[in-house]
Amino acid sequence: MSSGLDGPEPEDRPAPEGRRNSQGIRIDPEVEAEPEARRAVLSALVKHEPGVLANISGLFRRRQFNIESLTVGPTTDPDRARMTLEIEEPEPGIEQAKKQLQKLVPVVAVTELEPTAIQRELALIKVDGSKPDQVGAVAEMYEGKTVDVSQESVTVEITGSEQKIDAAIETFGRFGIHEIVRTGTAALERGTRKTT
Amino acid sequence: MSERTTQPPETEAEDTEDGTEPTPTTVSSGATSVVRALENTGIEVMFGVQGGAIMPVYDALWDSNISHIMMAHEQGAAHAADAYNVVSGEPGVCLATSGPGATNLVTGIADANMDSDAVVALTGQVPQSMVGSDAFQETDTTGITAPITKNNYFASDADTAGDTVGEAVALAGSGRPGPTLVDLPKDVTGAETDREPGMAQTPEAYTPQNEADPASVEEAAHTIQSADKPLLLFGGGIVKANAAETAREFATSYGIPVVTTMPGIGTMPEDHDLCLSWAGMHGTGYANMAISHADLLIGVGTRFDDRLTGGIETFAPEAEVIHIDIDPAEINKNIHADYPLIGDAGRVLEQLDGSMTTAPDADEWREQCLTWQEEYPMDYAAPEDEPLKPQFVVEALDEATSDGAIVTSGVGQHQMWASQYWTFREPRKWVSSHGLGTMGYGLPAAIGAKMAADDGEEVVCIDGDGSFLMTVQELSVAVREDLDITVAILNNEYIGMVRQWQDAFFEGRHMAAGYSWIPEFDKLAEAFGARGWRVDDYDEVADAVEEALAYDGPSVVDFHIDPAENVYPMVPSGGANDKFALSEDQL
Ligand SMILES: Cc1ncc(C[n+]2csc(CCOP(=O)(O)OP(=O)(O)O)c2C)c(N)n1
Repeated sequence: MSSGLDGPEPEDRPAPEGRRNSQGIRIDPEVEAEPEARRAVLSALVKHEPGVLANISGLFRRRQFNIESLTVGPTTDPDRARMTLEIEEPEPGIEQAKKQLQKLVPVVAVTELEPTAIQRELALIKVDGSKPDQVGAVAEMYEGKTVDVSQESVTVEITGSEQKIDAAIETFGRFGIHEIVRTGTAALERGTRKTT
Repeated sequence: MSERTTQPPETEAEDTEDGTEPTPTTVSSGATSVVRALENTGIEVMFGVQGGAIMPVYDALWDSNISHIMMAHEQGAAHAADAYNVVSGEPGVCLATSGPGATNLVTGIADANMDSDAVVALTGQVPQSMVGSDAFQETDTTGITAPITKNNYFASDADTAGDTVGEAVALAGSGRPGPTLVDLPKDVTGAETDREPGMAQTPEAYTPQNEADPASVEEAAHTIQSADKPLLLFGGGIVKANAAETAREFATSYGIPVVTTMPGIGTMPEDHDLCLSWAGMHGTGYANMAISHADLLIGVGTRFDDRLTGGIETFAPEAEVIHIDIDPAEINKNIHADYPLIGDAGRVLEQLDGSMTTAPDADEWREQCLTWQEEYPMDYAAPEDEPLKPQFVVEALDEATSDGAIVTSGVGQHQMWASQYWTFREPRKWVSSHGLGTMGYGLPAAIGAKMAADDGEEVVCIDGDGSFLMTVQELSVAVREDLDITVAILNNEYIGMVRQWQDAFFEGRHMAAGYSWIPEFDKLAEAFGARGWRVDDYDEVADAVEEALAYDGPSVVDFHIDPAENVYPMVPSGGANDKFALSEDQL
């Protein structure tokens, strides 16, 4: 290939000094620190119409936002539904996720909730039925309820923070867990603070 | 732009030949309400292909003043609508049937989405009673296009179908533009209604911000004034915002050098003293040097795409960044903005101008930029005894055409040569597939561009052999519609850009890059009913160019160029802008 242009070679050009990290933030090349991921709870008020859920989950998938859970349900306004999304991302990712969500036309409003917001999840835990009394006692300890009993199993319903449910599942583990289902976090701001 | 209603553009009140206003369509069905809604928004032309599920809408067009260009392939319809938007600034509308018609649009819609072009796609759908049954020609069109549209709609009611279409048109063109789609089930378009659609409105919750926060503007202005090496980066957002005039004034008032992105080409005249042409992978050496050494980068209407930035770590490493964009999600997406200014490009530049009290002291920096222009010239050798150089052909075409000629392109080496060696002085003249890089864009785009062009405005498509073959069937449309367009194929008998990468990165193994046989494009053109020329040597170029441009109809010139010619400069993917290679041994 004979083709090419004239000019100083790459090594012979004056080199700039700075550097950016992978988020495009200018950094001191000596300290090259990457921001750490954190957990954020987003609440989105959306139009209650077909396709919205698919659209939002599609957005998170195609933009590779790390989504921990997503819940959705109706509100007092029949035209609006509320979603709660838990994500785990470094700061620029959280900002992006909020803005990209906001950009979807059927999304009416998006907020990141305060860490103090009320956050609840529901779990149904089907535990081995050989020690029903002990299972009941543990359920009580976690303010749960026994909702179904059979020869083989006892099913317990527990509501609470994600951490509480993690702890309960670990405790029930000693009896042997057959199946579980968790709803993911639903959240609202406390007191007079509005969620969206 | 904060106005939610879309008024028909001024020229829209165009009278019919006998001086009377065109009669609007009478609404009697979902389909007629759709057409009426399009008329209300001032749509003059649509591009499409017929088919079962969209037939009611086509039938409603029979009595409408909207003209329709029957394309050969729906991809062509979408690209034509896209180019129509780029050239005119008005939304481009394409029409297709359900199933394969809709899926054929997908490439064009994705292309419009990447380049933020206002394209409205209307697709037929099977009747609602059959949706979900895998009916004949049923596809989940809204599902398929959700990730590549600004918003899409499933029209489920004849009474509101027109309003939905109106909203789709209004939304496509407002804020950051982008494609929208309305899926129209046949039972909806076929149903009776006499409800006339209202004025087109954007969705209620859609409120793009026009003006940046004044305090941030103050700070940014202050930063510009004290910069030693300020650089303006003009993106396609300036074209969308019709802000080229404002942007030029800003640059010249304060003596700030300008580089553009590829979609931003023409926002600053490329022969202006302050213009360093475009930056990025195949941008000029001087533009890339300027980006790497600037201490302040003012990005206007740009999304800092990776073809521009190369590796993020080494992009404008010494620069603070002022980022002006109407889309808040672009701020800090790829590059951290030290001064984010959210708003309309033109409006924010006016705000900035209002806050500036003095120009930055940038004499030395301007000098430096000029030095780089001399050090890294975009020269090429064209020895008469060697095969024809593509750069020469591009320059010959540029010289032979008038100043405001419109240039479309395919994707590949020819696209880069066209954008490097054509001197653009105005926005909306360079019409290309930037973000998606869609081979085959050029010819249908030339058709859309010609429909949008003013009388006498020339349209030239600089195409590659491979790209041309992807949408060549649209030549039949250009002939049928008697469109005066000139297609210049830079024929290297390779899908050349791939061949260039194979030579640079795959040890010259030309896997699936060359042809063992290629059609004679001049004869192919004649078979379509167009005029064709073949050019092999330098001394044939001028005559062929002149004849092809003079021919009043579609013409195709097959320029057989040096198959070994490569595109330089080149910043390898992920590389540093200032480390562009000037030849293969520097890669
Ligand atoms: C639809 C599509 N398919 C594949 C590619 C990958 N690709 C990029 S450039 C190129 C070669 C283009 O060849 P041609 O149109 O002949 O132009 P040249 O590079 O030779 O000027 C290819 C295959 C693409 N950009 N678009």
